[in-house]
Amino acid sequence: MSRLPFYLIVGLLMVLGIGTSLHRHIAMEVPWTPGEQRQVWEVEAVVDFTALGEPARVELALPSHQRGYRILTENTASPGYGLSFLQDETGRRAQWSIRQATGSQQLYYSVRLLVTDDQRKRQISRPSLREVSWERPYDTAAAQVIERAWMRSADPYTFTRELIRDFNDDRQGENARLLLTQFERTPLLVRLLNQAGVHAREVSGLMLEDGRRRQTLTSWIMVFEDEENWALFNPRTADQGQPENLLLWETAGRAVLEVQGGTNSRVTFSMLSRSQPAAAAVRSQLADDTLLNFSIHSLPLEEQALFQTILLIPIGALVVVFLRILVGIKTSGTFMPVLIALAFIQTTLPTGLVGFLLVVSVGLVIRNYLSYLNLLLVARVSAVIITVIAIISIFSVLSYRVGLNAGLTITFFPMIILAWTIERMSILWEEEGPKQVLIQGGGSLITAVLAYLAMNNPWIRHITFNFLGVQLIIMALIMLLGNYTGYRLLELRRFKPVTED
Amino acid sequence: MWVWPSQLRSRGIIGMNRRNIRYIGRYNKRRLYPLVDDKLKTKLLAEKHGITSPALIGTVTTQFEVKQVGKMIEGHGGFAIKPAKGSGGKGILVIERVDSDGFVKPSGAKLSLEDLHRHISNILSGLYSLGGAPDVAMIEALINFDEQLSEYTYEGVPDIRVIIFRGYPVMAMMRLSTAASDGKANLHQGAVGVGLDIATGTAVRGVQFDRSRRDHPDTGHELASLRIPDWTNLLELAAGCYEMTGLGYLGTDMVIDRDRGPMLLELNARPGLAIQMANGEGLRSRLDLVEKQPEGMGVKARVAFAQQHFARRGELKDLPDPELAEPCVTT
Repeated sequence: MSRLPFYLIVGLLMVLGIGTSLHRHIAMEVPWTPGEQRQVWEVEAVVDFTALGEPARVELALPSHQRGYRILTENTASPGYGLSFLQDETGRRAQWSIRQATGSQQLYYSVRLLVTDDQRKRQISRPSLREVSWERPYDTAAAQVIERAWMRSADPYTFTRELIRDFNDDRQGENARLLLTQFERTPLLVRLLNQAGVHAREVSGLMLEDGRRRQTLTSWIMVFEDEENWALFNPRTADQGQPENLLLWETAGRAVLEVQGGTNSRVTFSMLSRSQPAAAAVRSQLADDTLLNFSIHSLPLEEQALFQTILLIPIGALVVVFLRILVGIKTSGTFMPVLIALAFIQTTLPTGLVGFLLVVSVGLVIRNYLSYLNLLLVARVSAVIITVIAIISIFSVLSYRVGLNAGLTITFFPMIILAWTIERMSILWEEEGPKQVLIQGGGSLITAVLAYLAMNNPWIRHITFNFLGVQLIIMALIMLLGNYTGYRLLELRRFKPVTED
Repeated sequence: MWVWPSQLRSRGIIGMNRRNIRYIGRYNKRRLYPLVDDKLKTKLLAEKHGITSPALIGTVTTQFEVKQVGKMIEGHGGFAIKPAKGSGGKGILVIERVDSDGFVKPSGAKLSLEDLHRHISNILSGLYSLGGAPDVAMIEALINFDEQLSEYTYEGVPDIRVIIFRGYPVMAMMRLSTAASDGKANLHQGAVGVGLDIATGTAVRGVQFDRSRRDHPDTGHELASLRIPDWTNLLELAAGCYEMTGLGYLGTDMVIDRDRGPMLLELNARPGLAIQMANGEGLRSRLDLVEKQPEGMGVKARVAFAQQHFARRGELKDLPDPELAEPCVTT
């Protein structure tokens, strides 16, 4: 009988589990630990324009995932407008449309961005060089500016730097001043760069500053060294590189806002920064629903909360399997301890333990009396259930009167579990004596407490909920344990007398 | 308090996990379990295969029939009420004799007919069966056990557990009930286990509560002189259960009736490991040896093989030689 398929399955589960977990950690930036705080920016863009009473169409460029920022959620508010999101290789745009609008219009777009430490540069396609033609006398001025910068530079980046510096106040020459009278600074720089054979485009970015309102986009120059590498230049200071707090809003070199059927259009931004637990930030990650990103975070919150508990059950099962196969602890019922542990999660441990012991011991006494009445089993167990409900209500009322709200939570115990525990324990008591009751009951409680400690660990809760791959790893571990033919820990004690003679 | 795993391994002790995976999982097909988990089925099967077992007085299958139990047991001196699907001796009620004022348990405690009704009703509800499934109550005639053995036991009937592996008897022990075990032959309840030499059926070693013991705690009788009568016959009967059930790893519980000789009491597809303690030896080497044997040997040949290869000298007495010669020439 070959064990190869077994090890293959276990290996496959392991690889799949670890793989998907790593994928979620790296690609989706889900942190391993629950305590991490993440910074989240909320940016709101308001498009204002005056509609002319005819069909209006508004197109606004939208930001996309980029270095340092990941989009969590986005919302729009635009009463009466049709809205669609357009996406092509150059970027995303929102398009609002309406048949008829008159007067001042306001359209809102808000986005939540997660600050990440993902430093990979986004691939942006290089724009082709544009044919540049000047009117006199700007042609000579441009040629001279280019030549001056060209002499003092070695590559596209240094050339750009020198060129921008020539337009700065301190070094502004005649030629630069002349050009600035006719052209806007950034388009002019891009034009000059293109003329010099440097691929470049104008992009728009938003400087993120906490609590700022009515901000506008600033223009930046994206200069390409070759097909893949590019750098961002500040057209005002010639500084190279993207500032930490710069969010690139539009990178295709197209207009940020296009309005048809309106005038006086403009877009302003307000923003707010806040930090929130990483887990919560991850939860609201805008999900691209592929199989690899398969995530229960796309479920409604209520179902998510339910799943958070369900996904803990394998952990409890692992604890039970471990204690039974490796240690050899006896429990009454295989997975009853897991259910008791689940109840502990609702009640907290001390209340749960006290409540459980109280209900079971009082139940045992009452069950003992019931056994004298000579009832059929089903009727007796049902009577025990009703008794358990009565005990729980009495405890709840008493503890509430005394002022202990904790007592109320014992209602979370599954009735059937309590009734069966009482029934089993009393039979055990009759047949094998109180010692076995202590052994098995104690074993169950120890297992339940250990399972509770494992399941209630915030780290484990975080991992099981955010990394579904972990479930596969647990399954592989359980399968491996199921293949263990060695001695149990308690057997090392049990079989000791054999080795003594 | 503790030993190293290597110490147990060198003694060939088998642990629970190994038993479950390596022997039960591999040699016992799940679909065969009902044959042994339901004692009524076992009994009928045994009858078909000519394996003697205690006489069946009657069965109770519905709550309605419970009231007629009194009529059913009329005229029988002693009897045992058992759940057909019980395990580990749970729910077995032994009535030694019937008095004018009640039913007397071996311990001397008296029960009323009402008590019997309740007990049977509990059995039917599935109180003692695995998973609480509805069950059937069996009423069996009591075994008139061999007087020779009565000094070795207290109250209950001693039974002989033989582990049958692929049809070979590999290890045996006798379970003697004590006051501590309340007349039951379950080792974890305090019964005394006496390891038996497979060759001769004589005592090898005794244990109670996992500690070795030379005499019976209640009767005070020394265990060394214990010798099972009709031993080879008993082994052959036990070994025949392999053909009967098809289970490769089997615990057979045998009893010796004064008049009818060895009989099969019940079968167990998951026999415990305490037999190793009673024999002071692990099962491993014997099971390994049996695994090397070819399939298809007859019952007598298998028993002879076991008697020849698994003979042990008792550590309770200082005989110069184990009595190997005579019983093993059965082929």
